Amino acid sequence: MKNFISKLKKDKVPYFAFWVLIVLYLLILFADFFAIYPSNYSNRKLAYQPPSNIYIINEKNNFSRPYTYNYIKKFNKDTLCIEYIQDRSKKHYINFFSKGYEYKLFGLIKSNFHLISKPDECNLHLLGTDINGCDVFSRLFFGGQISLTIGFLALLISFPIGALYGGISGYLGGQIDKVLMRLAEGIMSIPSFYLLIILASILPSNMTSVQRFALIVAILALIGWAGFSRVIRGMVLSIKNQEYIRAVETIGANKARIILKHVLPQTSSYVIIAITLSVPSYILAESGLSFLGLGIQLPDASWGNMLKEAQEFANILYRPWLLTPGFLIFIAVLSFNVLGDKIRDILDPKTLK
Amino acid sequence: MSTWVYIFKRIAGSIPILIIVSLISFFLIRLSPVDPLAQLRLNPAISQETINSEVKRLGLDKPVIVQYALWAKNFIKGDMGYCTDNTKVSTKIKDRILNTLLLSICVIFFSWIIAIPLGVLAAVYYNSWFDKLLTIVSSVGMAIPSFFFAILMLLFAQHTGWFPIGGLTSVDFSQMNLFQKIIDISWHLFLPVFVLTTISLCSLARQMRANLLDVLNSEYVKFAYAKGLSKRKVIVKHALRNAINPIITLLGFEFAGLLSGAALTEYVFQYPGLGKLILEAVMQSDINLVMASLMIGALMLIVGNVISDILLKLTDPRVRV
Repeated sequence: MKNFISKLKKDKVPYFAFWVLIVLYLLILFADFFAIYPSNYSNRKLAYQPPSNIYIINEKNNFSRPYTYNYIKKFNKDTLCIEYIQDRSKKHYINFFSKGYEYKLFGLIKSNFHLISKPDECNLHLLGTDINGCDVFSRLFFGGQISLTIGFLALLISFPIGALYGGISGYLGGQIDKVLMRLAEGIMSIPSFYLLIILASILPSNMTSVQRFALIVAILALIGWAGFSRVIRGMVLSIKNQEYIRAVETIGANKARIILKHVLPQTSSYVIIAITLSVPSYILAESGLSFLGLGIQLPDASWGNMLKEAQEFANILYRPWLLTPGFLIFIAVLSFNVLGDKIRDILDPKTLK
Repeated sequence: MSTWVYIFKRIAGSIPILIIVSLISFFLIRLSPVDPLAQLRLNPAISQETINSEVKRLGLDKPVIVQYALWAKNFIKGDMGYCTDNTKVSTKIKDRILNTLLLSICVIFFSWIIAIPLGVLAAVYYNSWFDKLLTIVSSVGMAIPSFFFAILMLLFAQHTGWFPIGGLTSVDFSQMNLFQKIIDISWHLFLPVFVLTTISLCSLARQMRANLLDVLNSEYVKFAYAKGLSKRKVIVKHALRNAINPIITLLGFEFAGLLSGAALTEYVFQYPGLGKLILEAVMQSDINLVMASLMIGALMLIVGNVISDILLKLTDPRVRV
């Protein structure tokens, strides 16, 4: 492990990506501390409010504590549009490291301590609001909680299934192998995204958000295991002819024990590489699904369903702040890719030479 | 002769897979809680008799196995049933297949034409600035969600006005002559092809670079250099031929990825392809249409795999039946 980190440190770009990911996960771990509004907050009177401007220089050209102005919604009779105009009559000072709404850290510790907090009458929206008047900035943290964990959870289901399936198929061989592999090939032959949307669309609509989250995880897992199991099977085919497996067989160990204890552990370095390289694809799949409205549903946030608003052309033209989750998906996926490549280089026996 | 035997065996081998695919998708859809006739039932203009006859036609009153047999028989005959809006599924799906094929072939063509030279250059000038640049650019390209990239491109099209926003044809398409029609379609195709090409290009160029690097380290390349051959000759005549084989195998996978990736891109660009069709069908829970497009999608994927295997057989004589 120590060796691993020192190897990682040598290359600056992957090391940077590693830290980016740590920061991202810390941000979502302490989402409530960074968020300005609670996750269920919405103010329908302030739909599509543009981002609040923060000023640190006051009208007398002196530095001051950061402050902001509220927006007033006005109907413009000439253009027939709803416009937001700054209300310059009152300054609202922003506080750092002080009290805000109450929340439970990790669901256990009660706290009301926040990085940024604002006076009650102030409508501070650092990245504007969406159609329901939810604060985009706060929802980025809550959305990240779902978007960045769903991939790992799906992997926790799909990889053991794939490994076991491939292990059984490869080790037992013969007719069982043929049947099992045909089934896996069948699943691989359906374009994965088509299967994904069909599975997501047959979910009943009256589920709680926790149930829905669990089922989306299950669906994502269902897609990924087949391809993985084929690779494991290929590796098992060569492992099972090695002498130590013959030795275990002669001792009389049963087949389940051989597969679980002696064959599959040999594939572990490939498994680690495959995990780091497939997290991004799960993140992308979830965001695509939620983007279409088939994944995580409102009022829950995920980066994908926040981008759903970008489906409307008027939104991307006049309300570009709604596109920020897309950049976060990009950063997360890029970091995983860069880090995954490096981990592969470190663990792959081919490059050790 | 042996090539033909190989092709025949490969095609015959894909038939059981197709049957498995149809079983999986049929049971998935039929065992789901979605009522295939919900749309009809909700429509007050449709009488109970019509619904009853529809139930009979789909065999919904019979056990699932019989339903499957009935469906499979009709599907082989080319009768895929009717959509909820009472048009034939087969006519609706036919144009969409052509559009998706057009898109996919363009993307595969351009990504190969661009990615292979880039990958070769990066491998030949290993660790040069070009190699490093390609690594950075390709990681960036692989990380952008396809739909997000498509949205950004739409924004670009809107601001510059250089490209049409969505669709495949202009409003006055039917009045154009053949030449204008071709220009019009390629003008509309540009952005979707650009988005999908950029995404598949990146992974392809990386793969090519890695393969060629592997080959360049092998003994026979060193031997070719030792023989006194020029660098150009070693790479083009000896190394490239072996490095390109894994890429051909990837063709099938790439096609699979394209069908999936294209669904979202088609949706954003409102491109009338198979991916958009299946999305619409899913949203309206149009069971016949979903079933048919799923099967066609799988069929296209399997055909893509078979083609890549045959190509591999033609380029690499070591592949055995």
